[in-house]
Amino acid sequence: MSAGTPPLSNPPPKPQVKALNCPQCGSAIVLRALGHAETVVCESCHSILDAKDPNLQILQKFEAATGEARPLIPLGSRGKLRGVDYEVIGFQRRSITVEGIRYSWHEYVLFNPYKAIRYLTEYNGHWNDISVCKELPQTGFASANYLGEAYKHFQTSDANTNFVLGEFPWQVRVGEHATVTEYVKPPRVLASEKTANEVTWSLGEYTYGADIWKSFNLPGKPPEAVGVYENQPSPVSENVKGIWGAFLAFAILLLVFMAGFDLASPKGAAFESSYQLNVGEPKGEASFVTDVFNLEGRTSNVEVTTTANVDNSWIYLNYALINNDTEQAWDFGREVSYYHGYDSDGSWTEGGQKNSVILPSIPAGHYYLRIEPEVDPKHPPIAYTIEVKRDVPVLGFFGIAFFALLLPAIAITWRSITFERMRWAESDHPPIKIGNSEE
Amino acid sequence: MTQPLSNCPNCGAKIVFQWSSSVQTVCQYCKSILVRTDVDLKKVGQVADLPPDSSPIQLNTEGIYRKKAFVVIGRILYEYDEGGWNEWHITMNDGTSAWLSDAQNEFAVSFAADASGLPAATQIKVGQQYTWNNQRYTLTVITPAHYRGVEGELPFQYWDKTDVTFADLRTETGKFATLDFSDEQPALYLGEFVEFDDLRLKNLRRFEGW
Repeated sequence: MSAGTPPLSNPPPKPQVKALNCPQCGSAIVLRALGHAETVVCESCHSILDAKDPNLQILQKFEAATGEARPLIPLGSRGKLRGVDYEVIGFQRRSITVEGIRYSWHEYVLFNPYKAIRYLTEYNGHWNDISVCKELPQTGFASANYLGEAYKHFQTSDANTNFVLGEFPWQVRVGEHATVTEYVKPPRVLASEKTANEVTWSLGEYTYGADIWKSFNLPGKPPEAVGVYENQPSPVSENVKGIWGAFLAFAILLLVFMAGFDLASPKGAAFESSYQLNVGEPKGEASFVTDVFNLEGRTSNVEVTTTANVDNSWIYLNYALINNDTEQAWDFGREVSYYHGYDSDGSWTEGGQKNSVILPSIPAGHYYLRIEPEVDPKHPPIAYTIEVKRDVPVLGFFGIAFFALLLPAIAITWRSITFERMRWAESDHPPIKIGNSEE
Repeated sequence: MTQPLSNCPNCGAKIVFQWSSSVQTVCQYCKSILVRTDVDLKKVGQVADLPPDSSPIQLNTEGIYRKKAFVVIGRILYEYDEGGWNEWHITMNDGTSAWLSDAQNEFAVSFAADASGLPAATQIKVGQQYTWNNQRYTLTVITPAHYRGVEGELPFQYWDKTDVTFADLRTETGKFATLDFSDEQPALYLGEFVEFDDLRLKNLRRFEGW
């Protein structure tokens, strides 16, 4: 027993399908949907026949080149959708014309003798699984509400049936028109089809071709989906809220870290001392060493700040931070220079009286500095101060972390916006174009 | 529930009424349409062969609606331009009578409702709204149909119809209404759409290959 078939008690009646022939061309006609079919189309001569009439009276004949439209899922294919077996019994091509361009899509009629008719539609490799609504949606201004969910108006157009094949549970005709209004809430699309004396609402759910190929056990691969479809779920929009949430969480965490670092770092300097270079000093080799000072705690950074009262002058200091126990040395040089003046553009300044450098990963221990100042031989007297600080917060690191988090959030948001713009570009409400370039 | 017993005035076959309030039935053997009078059964017509049928429901199909067991005892078959549908006459185990309509396997259960001031067939339009029992209904389809045949027991006489007009109304909550313009006085049926699986149907028709 196949899925979707309820318990049975009566023996099955004899098959109702008879050997039928097209009254127009004599080709064999297969009726798959038992008594459900109202019309059946002869595949050979494209006569639309009355399936309820034992003589298959011809209702309409339409012109179509052989192979003009070929169902990707052959009529008679069976597959399981949401746990229910369905057989493809009918196929039609419908189209709308927008600004002189005809857009066509294909619809497949799915049959199960115990279930309501279902449809699959395909446009440019985008599929929808469609069923008729029992509840009536509420329509508002450019929106609709269905079962408590808001849908946005996408498009209203005049749909025209221009090719049919197989069986239909209604009186299908080529040339039929219906006003189709679509509202979207990806991955769903809510559509009303309006004719003179009927309004039918249906709900479609975006379905991937690969899933349909699997359901119907079709050979090969489904056609590649082209562009962005009206109710195609955005691959990123789900992530946008998440990434900003994560960003916010990380930013807060960063702030907490920074505050923590700030509180944990020793406020006072490990070493501080002032020196004076008088006119004519230094003479020759002028290096000297400081007292030994203690750098405590875990291996961490050390900030060496040089402040000098330079004024339109400079001082260059060759430093070595030397571990008193291991003699390991870190050599570096810093310049403090400050110049200012006036020119035709007004006042200008260059440099400053303070310079800081951070030495990373200095282990705890006893240290001293070896200092060798270099100056202009004609320098004025210069007073300078050296300050050594342990474990300072590095704002640059936090900045990098901040941007490392911000960039993917911006990138994903941008991708999402681009996707939504592509979606709505095909609607009755296209987004305003940015610049002159075509999207 | 009583099960009055009679014989078909046409062929003499035994006629059993499953529902005491049935007004009309069809003889299973000779397809005579029989109407109950105070004293006996009167043949009023003959059912032509019904067209090949597609409904999974049949006479004696049993199911459950709102925790009440029901059985299908009769039907009216209609046809319209776009197809056909069945109004299956069901009786609940509490003796009430209702209709299970099957339009291309879209199922609804409805009950005859008392309402005054119903619109005439000439006044109705798609999109109109009506309020019955504090529920607002929107008219979604007007169906000019014709009577195609009957089977089994019905709560009224129904055999001399030809063209009849129906209007279907829906709500935002899955409720359903039908205005039936078969008679001079329009009749109103109120109900709701039901899921096939929820009815837990037994004695269904079986389809070859399914």
